[in-house]
Amino acid sequence: MRNRFDEQLESLNNSLIRMGALCESAIANATKALLEGDRTLAGRAIEADSEIDQAEREVESLCLKLLLQQQPVARDLRQISSALKMITDMERIGDQASDISEMVMSVELDPAAHAIHIGDMARATIGMVTDSIDAYVRRDLALARRVIEADDVVDNLFLTVKSELLAGLKINPAEGEAPLDLLMIAKYYERIGDHATNIAEWVEFSITGVHKGELLG
Amino acid sequence: MNKIITTTNFDLYYGSFQALKSINIEIPEKEITALIGPSGCGKSTFLKTLNRMNDLVPGVKISGEIKFHGEDIFAKEMNVNLLRKRIGMVFQKPNPFPMSIYDNIAYGPRLHGSPKKTELDEIVERSLRGAALWDEVKDRLKKSALGLSGGQQQRLCIARALSVEPEVLLMDEPTSALDPGSTIRIENLMAELRRNYTVVIVTHNMQQAVRISDKTAFFLIGEMVEFGETEQIFARPVDRRTEDYITGRFG
Repeated sequence: MRNRFDEQLESLNNSLIRMGALCESAIANATKALLEGDRTLAGRAIEADSEIDQAEREVESLCLKLLLQQQPVARDLRQISSALKMITDMERIGDQASDISEMVMSVELDPAAHAIHIGDMARATIGMVTDSIDAYVRRDLALARRVIEADDVVDNLFLTVKSELLAGLKINPAEGEAPLDLLMIAKYYERIGDHATNIAEWVEFSITGVHKGELLG
Repeated sequence: MNKIITTTNFDLYYGSFQALKSINIEIPEKEITALIGPSGCGKSTFLKTLNRMNDLVPGVKISGEIKFHGEDIFAKEMNVNLLRKRIGMVFQKPNPFPMSIYDNIAYGPRLHGSPKKTELDEIVERSLRGAALWDEVKDRLKKSALGLSGGQQQRLCIARALSVEPEVLLMDEPTSALDPGSTIRIENLMAELRRNYTVVIVTHNMQQAVRISDKTAFFLIGEMVEFGETEQIFARPVDRRTEDYITGRFG
């Protein structure tokens, strides 16, 4: 008698996976644009933003429909409420990939970017986003927890990048906009890491019923 | 929280069929405890056992213990009529007596004593107020109870149960025959009753159990599988069978 509900949950999962894939490719494109100066890719990341927004609305409306029709409990309720929370973070990731791309479009940043650890930071955050979504798809608690731990790595890389930029400014104060833009971009990556952490925390909740160490519901 | 009813290794057989298997549960006082489970799981049997309604079924055998305020309800010296006065029951289908609204409520108090007219008037008003029915019927107390709507009849039955001042109300799917509006009235009423009474309710409506109960017990083929805070049972059930049942994976 659950057939229909199971199909709807499957379709919710597929929509989330699709939205996750859009986010992953948006950050990957933004990062490649940043490091290789490829403005076409930056343009693609900006276009992806509205697709991600659209995907968020689809997931949202599917979740509300499921809450209304199925009045879910236990793991069904956790799965659906986690999905509703996760998409907010995914949507923000899309915004930030687009913000990074807009900065890449306006100023040539790639030479300066190579002098600092921003590439490492980008790779670390892309890994977190990919893993957080994989953890949801595979219901992999250990992977979700690794994402949560990885946030410290990204936070530390941000501090490294910040001091690298500061050191550069001391040597050459007339460097112009690039260091400021790169600092903002680094902050965007750091925020993306936070969003991936939030996603992983909701994955943990959907599996265990515990959110950030607290019982919910 | 005081435990008003406790059962220890309680078994019940209908002939050779074991309907309840070693039930251990402590029902907290002045809370609402919901019993859930698929048809035939033993939850209604268990409910009826709490005020010995099953005594009337031929071939019933029991072992183990049920204590009400620490007293064995199956003890020889237990006065069953008094037990049923203290532990009242409301059934699935409203069953008003074919008499006036007033006489429906006065029936129990008259049976248990010979109250004066003024006392009876007070009891009738208090009981009907307690069941959130007074305002709707105060001008037609002498009219037949059979003229009330289904929802009103069920509240009348609750008022009738309250008239003898019970401590516990047993409710066997009290809203399953009612429309959503009447159901909400009864649910609101239960939240009120909870202040002064202990309620044990059998319900097939999961959302109702979530909305109204403090504790939930899940029964399956005569066993009590899981008992805990309602929120825990519906958000994070411990037993896989509970999870499968409440999420509709079987039953």
